[in-house]
Amino acid sequence: MLKAEIYITLKKTISDPQGLTIKHALESLGYKGLQEVRIGKLVTIRLNTGDKKEAKKQVDEMCQKLLANPIIENYSFKIEEVK
Amino acid sequence: MRFGVVVFPGSNCHQDCFYVIENVLNQPVEYIWHKSRDLDSFDCIILPGGFSYGDYLRTGAIAKFSPIMRQISHFAQRGGLVIGICNGFQILLEVRLLPGAMLKNKNLHFICKYVYVKTKNNKTPFTNLYRKNEILKMPIAHNEGNYYIDRDGLKKLKKNRQIVFSYCSQDGDVNKKSNPNGALANIAGIINKKGNVLGMMPHPERSSEEILGSKNGFLIFKSIAKWLRHRKNI
Amino acid sequence: MIKSKVYKNLGLKEEEYQKILDILQREPSPTELAMFSVEWSEHCGYPRSRNWLKLLPREGKYKTLIGEDSGGIIVDGLAIIFKMESHNHPSQIEPREGASTGVGGIIRDIFTTGARPIASLNSLRFGSLAEPYNRYLLRGVVDGIQFYGNCLGVPTIGGEIYFDESYNGNCLVNAMSIGIAERDKLAQAQATGSGNSIMYVGSSTGKDGIGGCSILASHEFKEGEEKRPAVQIGDPFTEKCLIEATLETLATGYVVGIKDMGAAGLTCSTSEMASAGNSGMEIDLAHVPRREANMEPWEVMMSESQERMLVCVKKGKEKEIEQIFSKWDLNAVVIGKVTDDGIVRIKDKGKIVAEINAHSLTQAPVYDMPYKKPNYLAHLNKLDINKITGPKDYNEVLLKLLGSASICSKTWVYEQYDHMVQTNTVILPGSDAAVIRLKGRDKAIAATTDCNSRYCYLNSYRGAQIAVAEAARNLVCSGAQAAAVTDCLNFGNPEKQDRFWQFKSCVEGIADACKFFNIPVVSGNVSFYNESPKGAIYPTPTIGMIGVINDIKRVCTQYFKKENEIIILLGLSKEELGGSEYLKVVHGLIKGDAPELDLCLEEAVQKTASEAIKKGLVSSAHDCSEGGLAVALAECCISNKENMIGAVIDDLRFDIRKDAVIFGESQSRIILSCSKKSVSKIRDIARKFAAPFQIIGRTGGRYLKISDGKNVLINLPIKRMFDKWTNSLQLLITA
Repeated sequence: MLKAEIYITLKKTISDPQGLTIKHALESLGYKGLQEVRIGKLVTIRLNTGDKKEAKKQVDEMCQKLLANPIIENYSFKIEEVK
Repeated sequence: MRFGVVVFPGSNCHQDCFYVIENVLNQPVEYIWHKSRDLDSFDCIILPGGFSYGDYLRTGAIAKFSPIMRQISHFAQRGGLVIGICNGFQILLEVRLLPGAMLKNKNLHFICKYVYVKTKNNKTPFTNLYRKNEILKMPIAHNEGNYYIDRDGLKKLKKNRQIVFSYCSQDGDVNKKSNPNGALANIAGIINKKGNVLGMMPHPERSSEEILGSKNGFLIFKSIAKWLRHRKNI
Repeated sequence: MIKSKVYKNLGLKEEEYQKILDILQREPSPTELAMFSVEWSEHCGYPRSRNWLKLLPREGKYKTLIGEDSGGIIVDGLAIIFKMESHNHPSQIEPREGASTGVGGIIRDIFTTGARPIASLNSLRFGSLAEPYNRYLLRGVVDGIQFYGNCLGVPTIGGEIYFDESYNGNCLVNAMSIGIAERDKLAQAQATGSGNSIMYVGSSTGKDGIGGCSILASHEFKEGEEKRPAVQIGDPFTEKCLIEATLETLATGYVVGIKDMGAAGLTCSTSEMASAGNSGMEIDLAHVPRREANMEPWEVMMSESQERMLVCVKKGKEKEIEQIFSKWDLNAVVIGKVTDDGIVRIKDKGKIVAEINAHSLTQAPVYDMPYKKPNYLAHLNKLDINKITGPKDYNEVLLKLLGSASICSKTWVYEQYDHMVQTNTVILPGSDAAVIRLKGRDKAIAATTDCNSRYCYLNSYRGAQIAVAEAARNLVCSGAQAAAVTDCLNFGNPEKQDRFWQFKSCVEGIADACKFFNIPVVSGNVSFYNESPKGAIYPTPTIGMIGVINDIKRVCTQYFKKENEIIILLGLSKEELGGSEYLKVVHGLIKGDAPELDLCLEEAVQKTASEAIKKGLVSSAHDCSEGGLAVALAECCISNKENMIGAVIDDLRFDIRKDAVIFGESQSRIILSCSKKSVSKIRDIARKFAAPFQIIGRTGGRYLKISDGKNVLINLPIKRMFDKWTNSLQLLITA
């Protein structure tokens, strides 16, 4: 079986008020020197296949069709073998 | 003329829209279940507010793939009138019937309150009874109404007069202070290039009766009725 | 042999275990023991409170409907069903999920009667916002309520929020919901007709919430973090589908009975439906839809997974019901049938795991709890008012009060709630009571929640009476007549005698006040064990009250409407400061007795205001509560931000201490504003009811000015008051 971990984040050009809020919160806890905090979504999908190439194709399609909105979001994913 | 109000399982403003059409506008109206495929008998489709399919991934993202949305795209291509209110607007963006996307409100909270919007374009089937720049009091109620589009897109919207409503102050000032959710250029509602698909965040169905505090939204429904009547005569 | 540790961990006492042995004539199976423990817990069986709850009146002006899970009244053939319920302990551990499942649960109680939910309210209490954890709680609770209620499309139209140190470590989240149904369309929570099918509908069952009601709600808080697994997770989208599917199902006429799987899920719903129908029931857990593997039978019976219901369906009509639920993508599975032997029989793959007489499960033992008046009261009630120095700067005090967490505007909260969906909200949150219209009728209903728990701490009996009187007064100010009550009784550990005395005194207070006003208590909820290591919360008998407005054109709001109108004070200002917000915020004292309450005076004032509003003589009406007359007047000036109007108050009588006139919290007072020509007519009405009547000033200008004839005590720009009042909560939260 394969497991896909998909990360969806707002594009760099779009301001991320959730990330900003958390950055402020971390700074108020004393963490200095934070360059940037950004929030995203993590989607995990277990696939009943061993074909990594095929899985990659499928997951990419899922992201484009549904999981991410290309106008505002970027995505990346990794696929690994699991039991 | 016949109005249809689309019902997704998570819609929650469909009854409010239905009520206004039936009892205030006094026109025939029917519910359209999201699995249905036949829109031939309708003149205007309303995509109401709510949380279509729960909206856990992204507002309107799943609604995009429902059978009804494919039909609505065809319906719009044929020139039928479509108005998306709140979640309906979000869905229209997801299916690309309208350009742009919605981000979370800038203050990260759901916002339910009366706001003012300015009628930037009154030459549409939905706004023909308003005066140009008329200031309207209507409520908003959403989590994601922070409209976004890239620079080129915004240029095009402006050039084609596609911005129909902009958030403004009680006195009509369109500025940062009168922007409730962070929407780009204070955009509250836009129309497609062809002029038959409108998306707006404020709720005209909640501001169509004096007893609820404002009747400013009602002219949208009345404008539609006038436009349809006119078209049918031709 | 079951060890005592096991049943004690489940919250059962030694003698309760003995009773179970007597009933069964054998040792209980683990599943049976779990079932008894939840059914006999305070949350389900009310063993400690039931004797006292009998005092509450059940009849009033309108015909009442009293059910197990909710109640209501009939107005013009329309059933108005409502109830308030606590979700305190889960919210203290996980505020967002705790509050959202609280909202979900109370709404299920409403629509399982066949009523469509039309509005929600909530009464919230937290410790001081100076503590970061309390800020986290407030944010989380508000987020949970908005998340769930907004998604469902049920408007959250009102409520209250108070802050007090006594809620440090034990916040209160009381959620109330209102629904309407045609009277002859109401459903029963029972299973009857041997052979009829028992269907499980809604979400699948998981391990969430196991033991939530019996263990969580029956013990004091010590180490909160460890209890996290017992918190349930809510899914409003599923609940939305469940509402529609249920109402559609009930309309078929094939449903014999229906019940929410709330606290203790399948245990409560099976045993209570069987018991209510004088029937038995046999189900097989193998058919229960699950989303987790390896669940023990007792876990399936105890699970508090949300958004599930049990339905008794006429034999042969199961397919029809299944079709409706599958349209909404929900489970609907036959898991058993009604029997005629009065036994609840639970099987797991055909093997019996529990077999108990339904009545013996639902008839929890009743305890006569010992009680004793708390010792601290004698000291607490002593307040030498002469030792309190009056303020030098009244302006400063008023601003301080307007900015105090309990008094300041709650806009930050209610703007996160969708309070307009369903297009019935005629008076929005922010006035004395919210008003919703009933489409297609001239009538409207008003709703409010009220309780000043500090008064109840200082004087439990009178504090509870005041909660009833103030709720009724709020309704009157919106143009309504008080019609019925739901109460949510939040107290500390009932096994401690002083706590139980508070409970019984409050119940007596509610009962007497409701009887006096002829208002029935149609539903309610008891929440005990609200304690932190530092002690019990203030006794908090929250009153949720519904009122009826006969002519929707005669609704009224609290803010001034026009310049140059006359301002009238109905009622009397007495020289009392005990329990006031002024005493606490300015002098740092929580002392004295609760304000006096003369029910006859209260009635006279309410009747006067009510008749004046009905005759269309009044422009605005606002009750005086926390912060006294000055705060109430300020609110009249500033609570409509689009049209703020000042006032000049120069005719107030100052025959007692000035600070008592201005900031004291004497009960039974209402501020009216009206045109000059209405004054004499209102005076006549006041005379008729023998209500004290006083013209105190007029509206107009950009200031609130209060003078005692010689000196100006208060002179503040309304803009300055508005800013303080509006911005304080957000500043306190983001501190």
